[in-house]
Amino acid sequence: MSSIIELTLVLALVAAACALPGVFLVLRRAAMTSDAIGHVLLFGIVVAYFLTRDLESPWLLVGAAAAGLLAVILVETLAQSQQMRSDAALGLVFSALFAAGVLLVSVSVKNVHLDVDSVLLGQPELATEPRWSISGVQLPPVVIIAGVLVLNGLLVILFFKELKLSTFDPELAAVLGFHPAAVHYGLMTMVAITAVASFDAVGPVLVVGFFVVPAAAAYVLTNRLAVMVLAAMLVGIVGAVGGTLMAEVGNTTTAGAVAATLGLLFAVVFVTAPERGLIAQWRQRRRQIQNFQELMLAVHLLQHEGLPEEADESRWRDLHTHLSWQPLQVAAVVRRAEQRGLVVRRGEYLHLTDQGRTLARSVLHGDPPSLSAG
Amino acid sequence: MNWSELLERLNTSALWEPALGTALLGLMAGTTGALAVVRRQSLMGDAVAHAALPGVAVAFLLGARAPLALVLGGAAAGWLAMQTVRLLTHRSRVSFDTALAGVLAVFFGAGLVLFTYIQRNVLGATLTPLERYLFGQAAFLRHDDLLLIGSFTTATLVIMMALWKPWATISFDPAFAASIGLPVRRLEWTLTTLQVLAVVIGLKAVGVVLMTALLIAPGVAARQWSHRLGFVVLGAGVFGAGAGLIGTLAAHLASFQFAKGRSVPTGPIIVLTATAWVVLSLLVGPARGWLWSKGWRRSRLPRPDPNAPTQP
Repeated sequence: MSSIIELTLVLALVAAACALPGVFLVLRRAAMTSDAIGHVLLFGIVVAYFLTRDLESPWLLVGAAAAGLLAVILVETLAQSQQMRSDAALGLVFSALFAAGVLLVSVSVKNVHLDVDSVLLGQPELATEPRWSISGVQLPPVVIIAGVLVLNGLLVILFFKELKLSTFDPELAAVLGFHPAAVHYGLMTMVAITAVASFDAVGPVLVVGFFVVPAAAAYVLTNRLAVMVLAAMLVGIVGAVGGTLMAEVGNTTTAGAVAATLGLLFAVVFVTAPERGLIAQWRQRRRQIQNFQELMLAVHLLQHEGLPEEADESRWRDLHTHLSWQPLQVAAVVRRAEQRGLVVRRGEYLHLTDQGRTLARSVLHGDPPSLSAG
Repeated sequence: MNWSELLERLNTSALWEPALGTALLGLMAGTTGALAVVRRQSLMGDAVAHAALPGVAVAFLLGARAPLALVLGGAAAGWLAMQTVRLLTHRSRVSFDTALAGVLAVFFGAGLVLFTYIQRNVLGATLTPLERYLFGQAAFLRHDDLLLIGSFTTATLVIMMALWKPWATISFDPAFAASIGLPVRRLEWTLTTLQVLAVVIGLKAVGVVLMTALLIAPGVAARQWSHRLGFVVLGAGVFGAGAGLIGTLAAHLASFQFAKGRSVPTGPIIVLTATAWVVLSLLVGPARGWLWSKGWRRSRLPRPDPNAPTQP
C-alpha cells in the first residue's frame, strides 16, 4: 500500500515540475517541442550507454538531456535557414533521431531496461524503484524528481521577469538587453531536464500531457502569469493524484489513466471556465442578442414617436407584426426593456422613458459606446 | 557476396510484398503530407497517429479483427481528434500546437488504458497483431494489407486529381477561396479526412512516431526541387515511394549482417532513408538548395541595396 502512496507522490511531483516550464511552452506556442524532446531522449540514452556501457550511470540522464537540447538546436537552425517552416523542421528532426534511437536499440542492445516498449510507454509501476546511482549511492526517483521540481521553481522565480518579457514581447526584451535567445535555450534546457527526470515514470508521450494540458487549462482560466503558473501546478497535481487512484481502482495503466484524467480536467475547465468557458461564451452571446433586441425595440418606438401612426405602432400586443418577432419573444423583450427602464407600459401602449429615448438616439447616431451598454 | 547471392536474397515474396506496400504507402503519405507541410500542419500527422490508438482499441473491443475494420476505427478516432483540435482553437485561446500536443497526449493515454484492458481481459489478445500498430512492422505486411494500401492509395490519388484546383487554392489563400465561392470548410474537411486515413493506414507499417517522418520528409525534400505546388506534391509522392522501397530493401539486406533472431527494423530505416534524402535535397535541390542559393546570390541576383529609395 505504501508503494501506491509513493507512486502518487512521484507523479504529483512530476506534474508540478512539468507545469512550471509547461506554462511558458504553451504561451510561446512551442508545445509540440516537448513532444519532440520526449522522443529524442531515447537516442541520447542509447548513445550514452554506448559510451559508458553502464545502465545505471547518471551519464545516461545527461546524454538524454543533451539529445533533447541537440534536437532543439537542430530545429532552430533548420527553421532559421528559411528552407522549411519550424513545424516541419520539428517533425523531421525528432522522427529522425527517434528512428536512429530505435534502430540502435534493436540492432545492438537486447536488454530489458532499454526495451522499446517501456521506453515508449513509461512504466510508472516501476517508478518507485531506484535506478540511478552516483558513486554507489542509489538515488530513488522521488529524490531526483523533487530535486528537479525545486530547481525549476527556483529558476522560474529567479528569472520570472526575463521569462515573462521574452514570452510576451521578444522584441522589447531584445531591445532592453534581456537576450531572448538565451532565455529560450535556458527554458528548453529546463524542459529537457524535466522530461528526463519524468521519463521513467510516464514515458515520452504522456510527459507531453503533463507539460501541456495543465498549462492549457490554466491559460483558459486566468490572465495573470503568476496565477497561471500556480493554477497549472494545481491542475497537474489533481490530475496525477486522481489518475493514480483511477488506475488503482480500475486495475489499468497509471500513465494512461493520468493522461485521460488530465484530459477530463481540461474538458471541465474548457466548458465551465468563468470568463472564457463554453458556457460563459454562450451566455455572453445570448446577452448580446438580448441587448440588441432591447435596443431595436427602443429604436422602433423612437422612429414613430409623436407621429400620427404612433398609437398603432406602439400597441404592445401588435408589436410582433412590426418587428417580425414571435409574440412570446416580444413579451420577453418588453419585460426586459421595462426592467432596464427603457420603456414603460401605459394601458396597451408602450412609451419610451427618457433613458430609453437617449439610448435609441445614440444608437441611431452611431455612438458606439452605448451599444455595448447593459 | 557475389551477384547471384544478392539476387537470391532479393528473390523472395517475403521481401517484395512489404517493399511494394511501403512504396505505395510512401506515395500516399508523401502526396497528402506535402499538402499538410504547405498548410503549416506538418505535425498534424503526429497527433493523428497517436490519437488513432483508442480507435483501434475500441474497434478491437467491438470484435473487429480485419485490417480494414481496425483502420476505420483508428481513422474515426484520428478524425475525432482533429475535430477536437479545431473546436479548441476556435472556441478557446489555446493555440494550434498546444491543442495538438494536448489532444495527442490525452487520446494516447486513453488508448493505453483501453489497450491494457484488452490485454488483461480479452482472451488471447496478446497473440493478435494489435501492438504492431504501435511500433510498426513493415516486414509483416501481407497480401490483404497490400490490397488495402493499394486501393486507398489509388483512391487518394484520384480524389486529389479531382479536387486539385480547389485544394491548391485553399492551401495558399483560404480567404480568396471563400470569396470566389469555394466551399472552404467542406474542402478542408475532405483533405483532413484523407490525411487521417493515410496516417492510420501507415501506422501498421512504420508505427506511430515514424509515420510523422513519412508525411513530412518527402514534402520538405520535394520543396527544395520546385516552386510549383503540382511538382512538389508529385515529387513528394515519388520521394516517399522511393524511401519506402529503398528502406525496406536496405533493412532486408542489412539483416543478413546480423545473427539469426536479430533483424533490422524496417520502419526506422525507411525514416532514415527519407531523412537522408531531405539532407541531400537541402544541399543540392535546384529550387531552394543551399548550393544553388549561394550561387544564385553571387551571380544573378544582386543583393538589394538597403539605402535604395523605395517606390511610393
